[in-house]
Amino acid sequence: MGICEAGLVQVLNEDGRVVGEQPQNLSDAQLKDLYRRMQWARLFDQRAVRLQRQGRIGTYAPLEGQEAAQVGSSYVLEKGDWLFPTYRDLAACFNFGLSYTSALLYTMGHLEGGRLEEGYNLFPISIMIATQLPQAVGAAWASKLKQDGRVALVYFGDGATSKGDFHEALNLASVLKAPVVFFCQNNQWAISVPLSKQTGHTVIADKAQGYGLPGVRVDGNDVLAVCQVAKEAVERARRGEGPTLIEALTYRLGPHTTADDPTRYRPAEELEQWKQQRDPLRRFRLFLEREGLWSEHEEEQSAAEFKTVMDEALKKAEQTPRSQLHQAFDYVYTNPPQDLLRQKEEVLSWTQRKGSVSWHN
Amino acid sequence: MAQLTMIQAINQALAQALDQDPAVIVFGEDVGKNGGVFRATDQLQARFGEQRVVDTPLSESAIIGSAIGLAVNGMKPVAEIQFMGFLYPAMDQLASQASRLRFRSAGRYALPLVVRAPFGGGVRTPELHADSLEALFTHTPGLKVVIPSSAYDAKGLLLQAIDDPDPVLFAEPMKLYRAIKEEVPEAPYRIPLGQARVVREGRDATVLTWGAPVWLVHKLAGQLQQERGISLEVIDLRSLIPLDEETIMHSVSKTGRALVVHEAVKTGGFGAELASRIMEKVFLYLHAPVMRVTGYDTPYPVPQVEDEWLPHEERILQAVHELLDY
Repeated sequence: MGICEAGLVQVLNEDGRVVGEQPQNLSDAQLKDLYRRMQWARLFDQRAVRLQRQGRIGTYAPLEGQEAAQVGSSYVLEKGDWLFPTYRDLAACFNFGLSYTSALLYTMGHLEGGRLEEGYNLFPISIMIATQLPQAVGAAWASKLKQDGRVALVYFGDGATSKGDFHEALNLASVLKAPVVFFCQNNQWAISVPLSKQTGHTVIADKAQGYGLPGVRVDGNDVLAVCQVAKEAVERARRGEGPTLIEALTYRLGPHTTADDPTRYRPAEELEQWKQQRDPLRRFRLFLEREGLWSEHEEEQSAAEFKTVMDEALKKAEQTPRSQLHQAFDYVYTNPPQDLLRQKEEVLSWTQRKGSVSWHN
Repeated sequence: MAQLTMIQAINQALAQALDQDPAVIVFGEDVGKNGGVFRATDQLQARFGEQRVVDTPLSESAIIGSAIGLAVNGMKPVAEIQFMGFLYPAMDQLASQASRLRFRSAGRYALPLVVRAPFGGGVRTPELHADSLEALFTHTPGLKVVIPSSAYDAKGLLLQAIDDPDPVLFAEPMKLYRAIKEEVPEAPYRIPLGQARVVREGRDATVLTWGAPVWLVHKLAGQLQQERGISLEVIDLRSLIPLDEETIMHSVSKTGRALVVHEAVKTGGFGAELASRIMEKVFLYLHAPVMRVTGYDTPYPVPQVEDEWLPHEERILQAVHELLDY
């Protein structure tokens, strides 16, 4: 494990050369698999942005630039573990069992877009900032009580560290020794506010100290380093040794969402530097090519395979019937109060009168 | 049958819930060794251990937030928020998170969690300890709001709330914790949510109320009957969500007059909701407008003026006369 500036854990440098200890636990097939997952996440992301521009999906939060952080960290989880994502963590969600169709339905505004595949302990995507942290502590706490050996991994950004819930969650998790991994993707910007205006300290991982838990800072654009650090944190949690805070230093290459224009606040040189020199896919691909594990041919083949899968998922999503308002009433309470049932009846009677005419036409 | 105070009945309900279901976990500030500031959890930690009756850090948002995680991962958390006013720091977790999780997950995750919170006035508490915030939560789809007014109800409703698959705010009127003793069966029993209790039958007017004012109104109704032959029907709603509209409308259409008494501030209070619904449903039966006696629209006042601020005897009597003489 290489450690360079300010305690940053790194395995590959920006040219894809090994500077740290190369992880022994990953086979060649796994290395290729890691890359393919990152590539597919980026291709999904780029396609989603285009679909938004075409008006086929709604607001979307691009993850481009954060593939290594998300793929590397979620790769080390087991199926029964818990994952608490935010709106920018689809790469992690896909790794954990979310289908492309589900993700598309969510962005298309389907009521059922929030329903995640049964059998995976994937929590609904958090829109509010940092609320998912204490929730993840609760899930981890339950696993500890049940002694089921499961771990909760929770994603959040640098902006979330300014919220009370971040501090309450770290504090509670530390007291409980809950098996939870706090995974901060420090992508430098919370919409338009840079890290320097988010916190008076420069290293988020250091904040762990105040709560009595280990804090690790990792190069978030180095998938092997992320994998290694996350693996150690997850194993530590599973051994009953408690929570870890990981700060993955990364960068959001795109806008905050498709409704945001980062040129208003972000220096072009900064973006170029991250894009040209620190791209997580470029770095890992250079490494794999040097190892003889990847080639232009495989790159194209894998991209073509993605396109088929994605086209199919999109078709399925677009063929899914529109949500009906009356369904909304079924998801408020398990046993709805009478008054809610009456409101549902009212909606149904409107539907009967109006047929399936859209109110927007 | 044992005579119990409300706090003893709550303690017994929690003990029985812990005893019956290993998924139940009780936690909050000072609930462990201290047994809760009101002793609602007295002796529970000694009996069930530190894993199931847990002292948390002073962290309201983390208490509700972690209750959400516990609930999705198979536990039945019963969280205590020391006073209802302390829900403000946890508002995000309760109102924007717990209440909506079933909706956000399109039914995948239900949250069988209970948040217990003492509230209500007349006990000379410091700032933000007495505020009645129930309307905030009745305005939050996805939550249920339950308010017992007796020891018997407290036990039966709490056991039912713990069984309920959805999040329940269980608001306990602290003035009633030790004010009365009632016969409470030892064996566990459950009272369905959404069934109001007709405390007293009458024919001249209906008084709709919940929490501590139930006893005051009940007492006044007795006096009015005896001294002036006025017959009030008194209804304790017991839960605001779900609401027992049937009992309310049946009563108001019978008496033709309705008065709402609640401690919460007037504007936007649940009394306004009741008045509206009565207008929508039984307007033609009414002989007078629906009236309200409530807290005033100020922050909950300091102890020196508390008794005048709360709905008190004179204010309720005056309202009853206005209602009858309209």
